[in-house]
Amino acid sequence: MSCKNPFNHDITPADAPLLNVQVDGQWVQLPRGLNVVEAAKRVGKFIPHYCYHPKLSISGNCRMCLIEMGTPKMGPDRKPIIGADGKPEIGWIPRPQIGCATMISEGMGIRTDSPMVQDCRKGVMEFLLINHPLDCPICDQAGECKLQEFSVEYGNEDSRFVEQKVHKPKQVDIGERIVLDDERCIMCSRCIRFSREMVNDDVLGFTQRGSHTTLAVHPGKRLDNNYSLNTVDICPVGALTSKDFRFKMRVWFLKETKSICTGCATGCNILVGSRENVVHRLTPRENELVNSEWMCDQGRLGFHYIHAEERLLQPTARVNSTTLPVAWDDAFAQIRDRIKSYKPEQIAIIGSARMTNEELFLLAELRAGLGGNAVLTDVVPRTGEADGILRSADLNPNTAGAKLFQISNDGKNLAAIKDGIESGRIKVLYALHEDPVGDAGLSESALAKLDLLITQKLLKSHSTDIAHFSLPGASFAEKRGSMINGAGRLQRLNKAIATPGQTMDDFEILLKLRATITGGNSLHTIEEVFKAVAASIPALSGLSLSKVGDLGVEVAPAAATVTT
Amino acid sequence: MPAPAEYRLVFKHIDEPGYTNDIECYQRHGGYEQLKKAFTMKGPDIVNEVKASGLRGRGGAGFACGVKWGFIDPTKNTKPVYLICNADESEPGTFKDRQIIHKDPHQLIEGMVIACYANNVHLSYIYIRGEFPLGAKILEKAIAEAKAKNFLGKNILGSGYDLEIYVHRGAGAYICGEETGLIESLEGKRPYPRIKPPYFPAVLGLYMCPTIVNNVETLCDVKHIIAMGGANYAKIGKPNNTGTRLIGVSGDVAKPGYYEFEVGSLTLGQLINDVCGGLKNGRKLQAVIPGGSSSKVLRAGEKYKIKEKQADGSMVDKEIGLEDIPMDFDTMAAIGSMSGSGGVIVIDDSRDIVSCLANLSEFYAHESCGQCTPCREGSLWMKKITRRLADGHGRVEDVALLKSVADNIAGRTICAMGEACSWPVQSFVAKFKNEFEAKGRAGKGPAVAATNGH
Repeated sequence: MSCKNPFNHDITPADAPLLNVQVDGQWVQLPRGLNVVEAAKRVGKFIPHYCYHPKLSISGNCRMCLIEMGTPKMGPDRKPIIGADGKPEIGWIPRPQIGCATMISEGMGIRTDSPMVQDCRKGVMEFLLINHPLDCPICDQAGECKLQEFSVEYGNEDSRFVEQKVHKPKQVDIGERIVLDDERCIMCSRCIRFSREMVNDDVLGFTQRGSHTTLAVHPGKRLDNNYSLNTVDICPVGALTSKDFRFKMRVWFLKETKSICTGCATGCNILVGSRENVVHRLTPRENELVNSEWMCDQGRLGFHYIHAEERLLQPTARVNSTTLPVAWDDAFAQIRDRIKSYKPEQIAIIGSARMTNEELFLLAELRAGLGGNAVLTDVVPRTGEADGILRSADLNPNTAGAKLFQISNDGKNLAAIKDGIESGRIKVLYALHEDPVGDAGLSESALAKLDLLITQKLLKSHSTDIAHFSLPGASFAEKRGSMINGAGRLQRLNKAIATPGQTMDDFEILLKLRATITGGNSLHTIEEVFKAVAASIPALSGLSLSKVGDLGVEVAPAAATVTT
Repeated sequence: MPAPAEYRLVFKHIDEPGYTNDIECYQRHGGYEQLKKAFTMKGPDIVNEVKASGLRGRGGAGFACGVKWGFIDPTKNTKPVYLICNADESEPGTFKDRQIIHKDPHQLIEGMVIACYANNVHLSYIYIRGEFPLGAKILEKAIAEAKAKNFLGKNILGSGYDLEIYVHRGAGAYICGEETGLIESLEGKRPYPRIKPPYFPAVLGLYMCPTIVNNVETLCDVKHIIAMGGANYAKIGKPNNTGTRLIGVSGDVAKPGYYEFEVGSLTLGQLINDVCGGLKNGRKLQAVIPGGSSSKVLRAGEKYKIKEKQADGSMVDKEIGLEDIPMDFDTMAAIGSMSGSGGVIVIDDSRDIVSCLANLSEFYAHESCGQCTPCREGSLWMKKITRRLADGHGRVEDVALLKSVADNIAGRTICAMGEACSWPVQSFVAKFKNEFEAKGRAGKGPAVAATNGH
């Protein structure tokens, strides 16, 4: 269920015929259907641009991608004149052309860096800067600003402008999550086109004209759609900034870790931007087979809980009516000592489809050690509404994995678990990354009947307060592992920051708990766990975490039953 | 040599005593007879007559009308074809089309019906600038009259041909005269000119359908081509510069006004001195803008080298002065300017030439649509520099700066507005360098330090 872009200027069909094109003097073969910017990119030549975006309609307004081009000279016989090198002679057009709107054709010549091209770029850079405020020191875009970068690369070293700059609205509140600075805007119209073409929410537009042109939201409307923050990503300057991120961190301090969003079953590929064990932002990472270059605002902003006040930072054990810190090994040993006196039928496990495959695999092994299928197990399903863009109706990121390892029973066992606890038949509950009350729907009074309640989650709640053992796990940003999205694509999570306090990576918790309870352990690293996972599931055979790669692999097209 | 007499074809009845703009008057003067004649012809035959006439567009660019029509082959496309009359007459110095619209609207409508019939168009628009409210009313009335008499509407004059014409008023923007900007505006959007390729009107025009955009005068000429035949029309004027031309003269002449001449039949000097009664108050000529404000300025006393075709076909080099320039498309282009929209602006020696340019630059800065970078930023920058120079706050280096800014615009924009705003600057600065430098030397420099000046 890859993302449906209105345009894909950077992608050509596999059977597109090859054209002979001369790029900066070199003849190369490139597929028909590419524009000059994309064609040059394929041969390692970068043509700077602002308004052009491979996934949006072509506007051609910034004029930064002006190049020199030519077509084959025709002889009297209407056939190309062949030069001494056996290649067509090119008749160069004296006027520069925009690379974004010029499609390559047979025998075409392109000059990406000729004196004319350099002169054009210098001119455009100067024009873009004369009315641009010099507020880089307080601008969030600084460090990832195309105006800064191209100014250094292609601009002039000093200014010839001695007039008053044009002043425009600043700090315009145009949406729940977006602030606009009109003086920084270079009128590239990417945000307008994105909102119109990708999200069908045509709320942005220009007012006024000439140099006074001003980006604005339609009167009475707001840029509040669930994809609004993508406009911040594609804004080449600091005109659109994220309220959530602005003034928080200089981007050049951010470490970027490739990972996936765990907000729903789509599994958008992301970069986790962190510094010194604090996550500051998530941004989409290109993966044409999943999310293209986008992600929803819900997913993007849904990470703040990992630094919440209520985050559990150490394992605790309840002694009589008080809760005390406990050493991990002591906790594991005490759990083993207490759990072994119960029959499998007296034990229930509520796992989570937000856990990784590795964790689910180890949980399944642990369940086998505790008595196998007699141990009632399930996960908590979460459904919402698919939006036809990226958001899946399945709000769990790894429903497919939970099924694969038979931890999930689509939530059908939750009622039986509830009945069992209320009737006193079930005495032990192990709940991982789901709150027995808040998520799984159990009552506080039911929980009070349990002999042994083990919680393994991130945030403090009534359940963790009364748990006999509370095992603080790790968030998606603090662990490695894999998940299978709704389309059956196996993708990797990577560790961006260290687990805080005495919290522990969940695969390690499960590994140690399993070793303590069932004895013996041949697995130590996440790679080893994955190998064991791959060996147990035919669809994954032969895979390793490194083979999964940054973009994932398709393993089970029909793995998901919750369709998006 | 005295100026030749006016050749009134399109303006034949304009300002004639007793001539009114209603349909009865028009018909009393032979109106809609050419439409009846056209209906006896086949569409492609009319297109061929227009091709044979050599008619060049009267809006400014002078593109051959028959060739433009030829881009559209109604037999090959499945989409409807639209024809738009460009009545967004906004080029400073140009006031010919409004005479037709106000005083002889049925001539335009007859020309349009013929042009639409020739190109198998069934829906047509007159895009009229917002500043012409009266013109729009007159056209609405004329259309209603024509419909009542079945010169428009269903089954026109029993021919089986249907056509509707609608008047669409602009909201007051020069850029709506640019044909793709006009089309965007007609579609209800900001008049941002489209990128070409791929949006050539003949292929992807109004509502992404093949579209012809013709000037008011051009469409009137079509009627006369039908009346006399393409070959006869081509005998008026000069080869490749056929027909008559409406010329509007404004500025420092004794008798400014609108005239109609055979193309190339008179020189610029004859126009100014004989037709327009010479300069006002005995002043001397300083400069002429020959074809609307965006055409390159001509300086009094300049000499131009042209090639003149002799009777035997050979070409002879010839040097001519400003007053000897024949008023035709090709010579105006050969001397580095253009006949453009036919608006001649005469500037006498009492005018501060720097202020003249500042005035033009102010217009273009105000009218830049703001879509593409060079025109958006450059037009306002040029306005600020020229205004400073004119107001005594210039610097000597501003002269070179002005030229450089203009050079960075022309040829690098989406539409011809880039040239329109930079050609005056380039030509004024090049031809009146001393005047500009003197202003710069005498200037005190910028009055207010640049804010944020980087």
